[in-house]
Amino acid sequence: MKLERAVGVVTTAQTIRNSRTRRALRRRSVVGLLVGIIVVGFIVTLMVGQTFYPPADVIGVIFGQDVPGATFTVGRLRLPRASLAILAGLCFGLGGVTFQTMLRNPLASPDIIGISSGASAAAAFAIVTLSLGDTAVTVLAITAGLAVSLLVYVLSFKGGVAGTRLILIGIGIAAMLDSITAYSLTQAAEWDLQNAMRWLTGSLNGTSWNQALPVFIALIVLAPVLVGQSRNLAMTQLGDDTASALGVRVERSRLIVIVTAVGLIAFATAAAGPIAFVAFLSGPIASRIVGPGGSLLVPSALVGALLVLVADFCGQYAFGTRFPVGVVTGVLGAPYLIYLIIRTNRAGSSL
Amino acid sequence: MTPVLPGAAIVRRPRGLRSVWLLLALVVVLGLMLASVTIGSREVGWADIWAALNGSADGFDEAAVATRIPRTVLAVLAGAALGMSGAVMQGVTRNPLADPGILGVNVGAALAVVTGIAFFGLNAAGSFIWVAIIGAAVTAAFVYTVGSLGRGGATPLKLALAGAATSAALASVVTAVVLPRNDIASGVLSWQIGGVGGATFVSIQQVVPFLLVGFTISLVSARSLNSLALGDDLAAGLGERVALARGGAALGAVVLAGACTAVTGPIGFVGLVVPHACRLLIGVDHRWLLPFSAVLGAALLTAADVLGRVVARPSEVDVGIITALIGAPFFIYIVRRQKVRAL
Repeated sequence: MKLERAVGVVTTAQTIRNSRTRRALRRRSVVGLLVGIIVVGFIVTLMVGQTFYPPADVIGVIFGQDVPGATFTVGRLRLPRASLAILAGLCFGLGGVTFQTMLRNPLASPDIIGISSGASAAAAFAIVTLSLGDTAVTVLAITAGLAVSLLVYVLSFKGGVAGTRLILIGIGIAAMLDSITAYSLTQAAEWDLQNAMRWLTGSLNGTSWNQALPVFIALIVLAPVLVGQSRNLAMTQLGDDTASALGVRVERSRLIVIVTAVGLIAFATAAAGPIAFVAFLSGPIASRIVGPGGSLLVPSALVGALLVLVADFCGQYAFGTRFPVGVVTGVLGAPYLIYLIIRTNRAGSSL
Repeated sequence: MTPVLPGAAIVRRPRGLRSVWLLLALVVVLGLMLASVTIGSREVGWADIWAALNGSADGFDEAAVATRIPRTVLAVLAGAALGMSGAVMQGVTRNPLADPGILGVNVGAALAVVTGIAFFGLNAAGSFIWVAIIGAAVTAAFVYTVGSLGRGGATPLKLALAGAATSAALASVVTAVVLPRNDIASGVLSWQIGGVGGATFVSIQQVVPFLLVGFTISLVSARSLNSLALGDDLAAGLGERVALARGGAALGAVVLAGACTAVTGPIGFVGLVVPHACRLLIGVDHRWLLPFSAVLGAALLTAADVLGRVVARPSEVDVGIITALIGAPFFIYIVRRQKVRAL
């Protein structure tokens, strides 16, 4: 507006174009910055630990050279762990922001409405009670995630789905599923606390490539599908009728989006457990840094990755004891959740 | 104002009918107590049960029964406390979704106890109870404040969300406090899911005075809750000091929930389900509703405990898990029944 008055001849079209370029620039620089921080964080995570390895050793190990000591510590222990941290963070960030955008409510993230709980309960049950192998566990976790999202949707359907009802019903379902997880854990023959923490709050302890690989493949396959739907997703935010008038096949697009988002969440949960609040936090944080306009999918995926990476690093070394990553994100994320509730109460809800 | 309490249209029930229901509920509780002593993961003959009830504990069978007795007593007490606490909370907040579990009060109490053990060297069960009550009170005040900010005051949705968020947050903190401590780490799960399995007569003796105080405060405020149910303005018009009445009743509910959690760990959904069932049977008069909720709460928790011992023989399922499995569908049913506007 200020610009318009000063120059006097700037048309509306130019103003819009200007602000669009400005926002696109900001978006690009934020994404670039986030990627940069993640890469730096990744390398620092690989270098720092009980033993310090200089960057040269770490890079050597990454490129397959044989460095005494570092090959085991960095290559076998730290590298899979840091990779899974980033992969799981990307998945949670993507899945979370998808649900938040689609349901037009920041509280409707998969970890609050029970989808992560469903995947986690299924995984815990499959491992402890049915003693299934890795593949079967993942399949079961994904099936459960999809079933739970369908169940929550059907139960909250009563002449249309009201967002608030869906969230409350999701909370109820999550309470039930969490108690199933807890039950499975009490049944575990040898009571292993670290393993149990994975299914209660999410943990990256003892990560190997066997766990990281499926998440990687899922991300490669599903993320492009989801990002491809981002334009349709943005349009469905205008309401179903407007979106279909603009040429979106609403039901088809929604089905694709739900299945891919749940798939991402379930793969990540099967590998790392339901890391608390990451799916919920990534979207709102990304929306704060990127600003209005444009899809939030990529920025919030990056925010998710950064959150998990940093939280896991802090959990391992910042405190006297080693905390699983989910405890750190849970303690950090909770105040933000409460802040968000307060803010939503004041100003109505949006991302 | 939307009518908050379901069944509010039916104001008066015949007094005789209510007495019959109450009597029937008491009989059910007695029956369940008997079942709770008889049924368990170990099959025990009647002779041994009789011997154990008379204080003998010779042999495995009698010893098994001897541990079931304090457990049964605790289940009855905790169920009564949670049931009445839930009824009072629903009255105070005028909110059909209020429950010490859903509002995060139980987890708050658990966090206070765990923090006390880990950082302040608490070890006597007697001091747990004070700490738990303080934790419960702080959490309740916090959740109510967060939930009632903004437009429309403390609507069911906002309160439930604030409660769920606070529970999740506090549960994370409980884990963070307990995990580094190997001496209490074996109890992480027991501070996340409540159970009555570890009951002893010593801990019961310590908690009983607190529960009595809580029951008394709650029952005294029953009449005020009736006026509060009409709305703050009308209650003030009827001569009720609204803030005082609300604070007093809330204190009763918090003492009950906190003291109970100090012994059993957080048990959810009993306080949600029971008052709703009671309203269907005996109407909305709090002078009847509160004692009836206590009796039915005792019945529900005892039944859930017995069920937990039977469903997965030879192992046991903690009563907190059973109540969540029973209570969550009920929660969903209540949410579905509410109009969207009210949410």
